[in-house]
Amino acid sequence: MASTGALRVELVSPERVLFSGEAKQVVTRTLDGGEIAFLPGHIAFLGALTECHTRIYLVDGKVQDVAVHGGFVEVAPDHVTILSDSAELAEAIDVVRARAAKERAETAMRGEHDATVESALRRAHARLSASGGLTETRAAH
Amino acid sequence: MAGGQERILRGRIRSVQATKKITRAMELIAASRIVKAQQRVIAAVPYSEMITEVVKDLAASGAGSDSPFLKTREEVKTTCYVTITADRGLCGGYNSGVMRATEGEIKADVLAGKDYLVVPVGRKAESYFRFRGYNMGSGFAGFSDAPGYSDAKSIGEYVVDLYVKGIVDRVELVYTRFVSAGTQEVVRRPLVPLDSAVVEGGDGKSAANSDYEFEPDPSVILETLLPRYVEARVYAALLNAAASEHAARQRAMKSATDNAEELIKTLSRIMNRARQDSITTEIMEIVGGAEALGSGKSA
Repeated sequence: MASTGALRVELVSPERVLFSGEAKQVVTRTLDGGEIAFLPGHIAFLGALTECHTRIYLVDGKVQDVAVHGGFVEVAPDHVTILSDSAELAEAIDVVRARAAKERAETAMRGEHDATVESALRRAHARLSASGGLTETRAAH
Repeated sequence: MAGGQERILRGRIRSVQATKKITRAMELIAASRIVKAQQRVIAAVPYSEMITEVVKDLAASGAGSDSPFLKTREEVKTTCYVTITADRGLCGGYNSGVMRATEGEIKADVLAGKDYLVVPVGRKAESYFRFRGYNMGSGFAGFSDAPGYSDAKSIGEYVVDLYVKGIVDRVELVYTRFVSAGTQEVVRRPLVPLDSAVVEGGDGKSAANSDYEFEPDPSVILETLLPRYVEARVYAALLNAAASEHAARQRAMKSATDNAEELIKTLSRIMNRARQDSITTEIMEIVGGAEALGSGKSA
């Protein structure tokens, strides 16, 4: 299949279409599968996603960062559709709140491991990573 | 005394006018909310279409042929009805339509010797079914005019849990579908197990793409996907119901306002006549009195 052209990317949440545009590459993370990148011409693919920082490399060179909190990705040679019950575009993320949530989750993790706390931590991490707040936190430590 | 009747009528007119102001306000509010609710219904379409597409693609690949969500149970003993109504009344026949439809199904089930469970969504359904002593599961309320996805999620999780545990063998949604601002219809749709038409009715597109690559493997994806699919269906039903509720309320309040106007017209007519009568009587009395006085003087 010709790998020319661009990928038509759609990020859809149950409430609305969050993002739609043309991209050169999409990087996301599947459940148990690790990070995966899609380029134009990718074989038909269907995956379940984990909480992650998804990057959409747009045709005009910009990068759209998104925190995807679980969902699915459907890929065809010319399009990528991400379905997520909850996803946030980087612009919409409240870094301060995410950082507070991360610290809260980390404190809770020191006590006992529990699935909800762990997923809260992963969500906070995805949010911070997408909004670029993660590096600042590291610098502060 | 004639003046007393006039005063009573004036009071009634004032009270009807006050009611009319309220119904008019409710009508206008409902009318403005229909538009918003309708936009929400439309905005939710892409997600539900795409998730349906993905379910079809997965089913076409042969995954989940043993998934409990896709298999109709051989013996359906208990049917669960998720009845979606409003939290408030004053919306004409909207609530009673849905509840009557559910009640009809329940009666048919009972006659056939089967069990049922009602999951009321909206305060009206909850009080209606509780008062009549029907078998009820948990109720969900407090969001009927602007449901969010999290509300659909909690309902979805609850019914999926009931189904997986075997407490119910079938789940059906009863709600009001929003066709247009003028028409809404009460519909009953199977929710779990999934309608086989949804899964099998693969269009040309999914057949062509059946050589999908999966990560993780298809059955794992399907397992996480199907609950989401159920939630998306519930969400769409909630949004439809909300839009229908606003439309029904707008209509009911419009006719209430019209009736109030009519009543005010009739009452003012009666009041005017009463006033006229009392004035006439008063003049007669004055004239009579003056005459009596005059005749007394001349005598």
